Amino acid sequence: MNSEIHIVPTPEHESIEIELFASAVYSKYGYDFRDYAQASFKRRLLKACIKMNCKDTSDLLQRTIGDPNFFASLLNQLTVNVTESFRDPLVYKKLREEVLPYFKSYPEIKIWCAGCATGQEAYSLAILLMEENLYDRALIYGTDINPSQLKRARDGILSLDTVKEATKNYYAAGGKLDFSQYYTAKYNAAILNPRLKKNIIFADHNLVTDQGFGEMQLILCRNVLIYFNRPLQEKVLGLFKGSLGARGFLCLGSKESLTFSEHRPDFEDFSKSERIYRRRT
Amino acid sequence: MNPRKKFKAVVIGTSAGGFHALQVILGALPNDFEFPIIIVQHRMASSNALPELLNHTTQLRVKEAEDKEPLVAGTVYVAPADYHLLVEKDGRLQLSEDERENFSRPSIDVLFESAADAFGDKLIGVLLTGASRDGAKGLGKIKAYQGCTIVQDPRTAEFKVMPQSAIAELRVDHILPLEEISNFLKEGLAHA
Ligand SMILES: C[S@@+](CC[C@H](N)C(=O)[O-])C[C@H]1O[C@@H](n2cnc3c(N)ncnc32)[C@H](O)[C@@H]1O
Repeated sequence: MNSEIHIVPTPEHESIEIELFASAVYSKYGYDFRDYAQASFKRRLLKACIKMNCKDTSDLLQRTIGDPNFFASLLNQLTVNVTESFRDPLVYKKLREEVLPYFKSYPEIKIWCAGCATGQEAYSLAILLMEENLYDRALIYGTDINPSQLKRARDGILSLDTVKEATKNYYAAGGKLDFSQYYTAKYNAAILNPRLKKNIIFADHNLVTDQGFGEMQLILCRNVLIYFNRPLQEKVLGLFKGSLGARGFLCLGSKESLTFSEHRPDFEDFSKSERIYRRRT
Repeated sequence: MNPRKKFKAVVIGTSAGGFHALQVILGALPNDFEFPIIIVQHRMASSNALPELLNHTTQLRVKEAEDKEPLVAGTVYVAPADYHLLVEKDGRLQLSEDERENFSRPSIDVLFESAADAFGDKLIGVLLTGASRDGAKGLGKIKAYQGCTIVQDPRTAEFKVMPQSAIAELRVDHILPLEEISNFLKEGLAHA
């Protein structure tokens, strides 16, 4: 009798392996990927196997559980980290021209950038607020689950090629000043002006497992929710709803919306095209 | 049971020459076509007009795919420029900005492979004209899960690389001239 068993992978097997991986990571490290959108999470996991020279997901799992340093570098591959300064410039134009005016009479303005990656979104907001003379009263919380991204956010250094893009986006977003005043070029990098950091707090925060923190006037959570499955999206949108002050604003990514959400009735469209919503109460 | 009933969705991939090919196929499908159709066409990162343009050429409703959108029969979902389009286990769509595959985002392999995971043998995969090899691997996965695979006959394709690389990669179920694909989708699946 042939003792060798040939196992053909089926979608069920693969999805069990992924669930197993996510549960193990959760037990060991507390990072909860169990409710990430499975289709894309699986691709990233299989890609990570190749990049980290693992035979298969079981091999990847063993090394992940056995070695915190391995997990730290794996984390960068399990999430998508692309970002840009003034990304989708028309969103920032809308924020500047139509949202910030509401804040003029507020004694304190709290803004939450959830899933801020390397911080460009938070710095872009700081620039808007400064130019509208609101920055002194503002506090921006930039939060993410990825410590190495947060470190880069705190450093506030852009590479020179992203400065070009930032400058272009700044003008497309209605900026009128000389953008170069916001950084100092040094070797191959642009060091963002420390004034911009003054009222930004970068902090570790997991949208899946952590609570909200206080009342915000504006929450930006852009290009993060698409990586969550539907139940998790609903949970996180509920967290945002609870963290917004009366008539607070919520800004999602350009391909994200509340269309399929049960929280839809609690928000009104503020700008359909730029995906800005406002709490009804 | 009518064997057509088994299927749940059609996925279509194409790149260069795809607009014309899609016009021909979608233009000949009736508005009561019983499956949702999900399309990836390679194009410039900034071009968002495709759903709008296709809408003028067919009785089916064509729209840009949205994240977590449920699939509806007779509706055509087109991947937005610069995003991957995937199908979740629960049959809803997902968008992602993961890195390019085969130099492409959206990538046909990404759509086909995730759809094969979601629908197994209840999926129909169609690969059309194109100047890239994207899609061959994904179609192979649809075949491996015993879905139905269709490739445009390279002799009728404006760009032959894409259909040819699929034909080289797997034993495709049906190689059809462009003009016959819609007919097959309407009537031929009974013998699939
Ligand atoms: C694609 S980036 C978006 C960056 C920025 N918001 C933008 O739109 O340019 C997604 C970010 O979400 C973060 N992220 C993923 N899961 C998270 C979670 N559970 N809680 C907080 N942040 C998360 C990732 O680490 C990554 O930095």
